[in-house]
Amino acid sequence: MTQKTTPGPQLTGAEIVVRCLAEEGVKFVFGYPGGAVLNIYDEIFKQDKFKHVLVRHEQAAVHAADAYSRSSQDVGVCLVTSGPGVTNAVTGIATAYMDSVPIVIISGQVPTHAIGQDAFQECDTVGITRPCVKHNFLVKDVRDLAVTIKKAFYIARTGRPGPVLVDIPKDVTANKCAFEYPREISMRSYQPQGKGHGGQIKKAVQLLLDAKRPMIYTGGGIILNDAAPELTRLVRRLGYPITNTLMGLGGYPATDPQFLGMPGMHGTYEANMAMQECDVLIAIGARFDDRVIGNPGHFYREGRKIIHIDIDPSSISKRVRVDVPIVGYVKDVLAEMNDLIDASEKQPDQAALKAWWTQIKTWQAKECLKYRNSDEVIKPQFVVQKLYEITGGDAFITSDVGQHQMWAAQYYKFDKPRRWINSGGLGTMGVGLPYAMGVQLAHPDATVACITGEASIQMCIQELSTCRQYHIPVKIVNLNNRYLGMVRQWQEFFYGNRHAESYMDALPDFVKLAEAYGHHGIRIEKPGDVEGALREAFKHREKLFFLDFITDQTENVFPMVPGGKGLTEMILAEEL
Amino acid sequence: MRHILSVLLENEPGALSRVVGLFSARGYNIDSLTVSPTEDATMSRMTIVTHGNDDVIEQITKQLNKLIEVVKVVDLTDGNHIERELMLVKVRAAGKDREEIKRMADIFRGRILDVTSKSYTIELTGDGSKLDAFLAAIEPEFILETVRTGASGIGRGERILKI
Repeated sequence: MTQKTTPGPQLTGAEIVVRCLAEEGVKFVFGYPGGAVLNIYDEIFKQDKFKHVLVRHEQAAVHAADAYSRSSQDVGVCLVTSGPGVTNAVTGIATAYMDSVPIVIISGQVPTHAIGQDAFQECDTVGITRPCVKHNFLVKDVRDLAVTIKKAFYIARTGRPGPVLVDIPKDVTANKCAFEYPREISMRSYQPQGKGHGGQIKKAVQLLLDAKRPMIYTGGGIILNDAAPELTRLVRRLGYPITNTLMGLGGYPATDPQFLGMPGMHGTYEANMAMQECDVLIAIGARFDDRVIGNPGHFYREGRKIIHIDIDPSSISKRVRVDVPIVGYVKDVLAEMNDLIDASEKQPDQAALKAWWTQIKTWQAKECLKYRNSDEVIKPQFVVQKLYEITGGDAFITSDVGQHQMWAAQYYKFDKPRRWINSGGLGTMGVGLPYAMGVQLAHPDATVACITGEASIQMCIQELSTCRQYHIPVKIVNLNNRYLGMVRQWQEFFYGNRHAESYMDALPDFVKLAEAYGHHGIRIEKPGDVEGALREAFKHREKLFFLDFITDQTENVFPMVPGGKGLTEMILAEEL
Repeated sequence: MRHILSVLLENEPGALSRVVGLFSARGYNIDSLTVSPTEDATMSRMTIVTHGNDDVIEQITKQLNKLIEVVKVVDLTDGNHIERELMLVKVRAAGKDREEIKRMADIFRGRILDVTSKSYTIELTGDGSKLDAFLAAIEPEFILETVRTGASGIGRGERILKI
């Protein structure tokens, strides 16, 4: 094929990739080299616009880029080679996709003439990743490269955000053309509808002001769209109760009296009861996930009105029919609602609201998060509470997946958005440590802790090496109960207490392991030593500490809504 | 209920697999699917025949619209529309049956495209039920081979799907 020549200085595809990333203001690229991306790596070597972070496994590259984005609102970027580089990255991509995180993945591909020949390290990257990306591209002509990368960033960050992959064959990175980075992009097939319908917004405000038992339920959309200030203003102005989902924690200050805690499977009694018993429910940037509302049939209540604001039309009326749908950026819609409420003569019915709060207070009186502390054995909840105290509630917390994740969400009170970084949708064990890396690099001076368990941490433990190389001083809080705790909990409740393969035997000595990677470790076995160990670790700002807390093996997460049950069918700790 | 969705999408490699992948990933039904470039070569038009209740069809439409390469989606069954499907059918036609098969093709306004001493190949156009009726009218042992395009649809009157 002959290439048309374009005027201007000729750049290679690899140079173009690097120039595009610089144009996008990328500061970090997380990646791992290999044959198909060597031209790109050679150009990275020659530049100083952004830093490359060499991970120890491609999965961690994506997780780190993902957390970089979650904690900073910038698009995260990672770079992997063809074949196994991509397949290793898939878990990370699917994780980001489920939580709508804007990242751009650049992957190498075998040369265009070798595609389809079962070449060394070839795989159908576009095919494999298609169901877990917002969009992907295979660039077959170097002249399409710059505009494709521009589109990738644009698609990743606009509308409902998500991961976008750009697959670049090796010969495309060597071919040359003139470079010009497009200033703007417009696509006839992709025009996210950002502005909410004015009439619908008015209707929503009317419903909210007419409510006798209102409830505000918000999710990750508030965080992703940076709508916490608008939300906080609305909630305070109305005086209504609010709950934040697992993905939405920090969207409204958790220490505020109007905050009822998290809803859902391991949500608070008061949040779940209010979700169910309210007469007007407003869902903002949330998607009525099965872990949040339980059984949709049970969730349905005659007469309850539901308002749903979301940027993604397909999230609306997917699991639950709603009365007032509003498609738009939640930040703008909330701002418009605030203005309408300010201008409205009608105000919330204070008498009804008072009665509603009285009802809520009786639910709160159950103290559903109370647990029996111990002098003998370390309770995992106690560790999280102490961590909260010692970090002044102001740390960035990442978590893995399982019991420790739920305790972190329940007992660490997030007052600010983007402080709580976890895999909510896909539920990916192993994210905790690479997430902490991404967060720390985005916020070099911040306190970053990874709350994890002895099972999850071993799924990406190799990243301790990356942390060493780049001096990433995160604090690992390992709640070590020698069980796959959440699996064991389900086996106790639903499988006749048969612990099929949920016991962690032959665990490494985590202190020695941390030391082997050049870090510091402390093993803590007594409740009395918890605070001292935490203080010691957080005193050393420049060092990575691995805190191995040997916790109660039998502790379970409460409250709990069993799978398929309704929100009001919670099991509380006191009932057992 | 049966629905006919018309989809305008970018004529790009992989666009079809995104649509098909969406249907299989989310468990939606495809009864038939046809796709071809339009008068504007950068754009393809797809006709998807599917079935499901209103909630499912609403989700299918929304999910299709969410695909980056999809420009427009219209449910033709929301209004008056025309649909046509083409079938080629090869039937055994020897001896005394030749006349009978020819007559049947005429009744259904079919055209015989190819003839051998033992068979006819017949072209038939119509909506799906007409094609079904033709096949039902012929003894099964006479049918040697059939191939159908699936339905293509267009709105009646002034209804136009274009960008």
